[in-house]
Amino acid sequence: MTMTSSRPTTTASSAPPAPAHRPLPGLWRTSLARSVSELRVFFRNPQSVVFTLALPVILLMIFGSIFSGKIEGTDTDFKQYFVAGIVAAGIMSTAFTGLAINVALEREMGLIRRLAGSPMPKASYFVGKVVLVLVTSLLEALILIALGTALFGLDLPSDADHWIAFGWIFVLGTAACALSGLAYTALIPSANSAAAIVTPPFLVLQFISGVFFPFNQLPEWMQTTAGIFPLKWMTQGLRYVFLPDGFSAVEPGGVWNLPLIAMALGFWVLLAGFLTAITFKWRGPKVR
Amino acid sequence: MTTITDHLPIDVQGLRKTYGDFAAVDHLDLQVRPGEVFALLGPNGAGKTTTVDMLCGVQRRTGGTVSVLGEDPHHDSRQWRNRLGVVPQNTGDYLNLTVREVVEMFATFYSDPIPTDELISMVGLTAKAGAKTNALSGGQKRRLDVAVGVVGKPELIFLDEPTTGLDPQARREAWDLVDYFRELGATTVLTTHYLDEAETLADRAGVIAAGRMLAIGTIDELGRTAGYSANVTVTDLEGVAGVIPSDLGVLEPDARADRRGGVLIGTDQPTAVVERLTRLAREQGFGEIPGLTVSRPTLEDTYLRLIQREDAQR
Repeated sequence: MTMTSSRPTTTASSAPPAPAHRPLPGLWRTSLARSVSELRVFFRNPQSVVFTLALPVILLMIFGSIFSGKIEGTDTDFKQYFVAGIVAAGIMSTAFTGLAINVALEREMGLIRRLAGSPMPKASYFVGKVVLVLVTSLLEALILIALGTALFGLDLPSDADHWIAFGWIFVLGTAACALSGLAYTALIPSANSAAAIVTPPFLVLQFISGVFFPFNQLPEWMQTTAGIFPLKWMTQGLRYVFLPDGFSAVEPGGVWNLPLIAMALGFWVLLAGFLTAITFKWRGPKVR
Repeated sequence: MTTITDHLPIDVQGLRKTYGDFAAVDHLDLQVRPGEVFALLGPNGAGKTTTVDMLCGVQRRTGGTVSVLGEDPHHDSRQWRNRLGVVPQNTGDYLNLTVREVVEMFATFYSDPIPTDELISMVGLTAKAGAKTNALSGGQKRRLDVAVGVVGKPELIFLDEPTTGLDPQARREAWDLVDYFRELGATTVLTTHYLDEAETLADRAGVIAAGRMLAIGTIDELGRTAGYSANVTVTDLEGVAGVIPSDLGVLEPDARADRRGGVLIGTDQPTAVVERLTRLAREQGFGEIPGLTVSRPTLEDTYLRLIQREDAQR
């Protein structure tokens, strides 16, 4: 059964003649297919819709109804403060928590392995995730803003500047959370434990980043710790969008500090993007 | 230089995969020829899946040289993936997508996919095309897996236990699919526990245990690999070893489950063996030799002997 002793040398000359193939589909087409698939899977699954989208809404309804009174040293109702914070937390919920659990599940269901085995450009998987997260986060933010406005006295900004700020804070914040979520999947051993491992950072950051408590009243070490992570910068940015300008008096340094917010979120986009690039696994023991 | 090896879809030399001291795959050589169906046989944990995983770029090898469709699987280029079809061992799940949506999505990634409805019909899922994948039975999910694996009209297909969990009817359909791709000129490598599957489908097969290739050849060649042209088996006869000298035949316990306690004699002189057994049986008062069979060795005989020998050595 031994054939000749010469071996192919993996160069083009010795490779089997490749049949004339049509060109491979472009990144746009494959990314579109992934994005459509992502949105279908998400919106057809009542669990993902309820747990990802509804939790912040429930929190808004509960705490929005409990909290009362003005924030110390300001004319601002704590309800409004809380609404701005919960919008940021809602974005983190869909982009970080939802995405990390979703990827851990897909890893175990065999989807990631099969995508890796196909000629799909790897980038298309991430484009699909970005589209999913942008759509769900925007939906989440709009629901929370609508409820906040209707029920808890949130004032919508009337000038373009604030809406432009909302736009870039939303995009940078969503990107930072989504990429962190992708990187964080490296720490999740299995889909069973995904929710348990993803929830603590989300929960803790909500408490120290100015969602449930006014940030300026937190101990300084807590403020410093929160300042390392993106959620604090997202809540601060959204307070600029939704709270009266005068509220900046109780912000750190007495200013909104938009440039620093942009830098902090931009830094997290780069850092989490880098971590995702070096830790994301298309194969290996966790990828079934 | 135009030798056959220049066009081998798979050419593997000294393939190794080790985890610490444990060698899952141990200096494995394998050549698969264009257009053939090659079956990789072996018990659980033999290293079949590890081997296939290394060939289709899912696992990295510890050592050896590998050429699959003329490329090292490490390179993992899109053009290479476009020519390759992989059906992994674990069944995939796709949550809330329908069968058609899953196949359509994967079809988008290839340059020249099989039309979706045609493929769905080929794997026998037409009636379920609009059904959500989580509503499928285990066997139907496995058929969807096969569809997803071959949607790109591959030149080389890896099927890792494609029919495990399928009912007999669905198994036949999966076999038809292998024949379909054989007719298209594709090369197929399949791992299986079912020897009848290998006998029906495969042109050649390799038997692997403890990460090593014990035997490789056509199904006929493998039947002879045990070394003898005939198998003689008896049951309930005492002292067989005493009447069969080693130059006449080799005795082994009969490994087939329904004949435990029997003796299997591999020999090139079945008539002489039967003569001696007849005498022995008469001496013990039997009119007929109990449980006598004389047969040509099958793939199963070879397989069981090879695995038994391998186990005995460890």
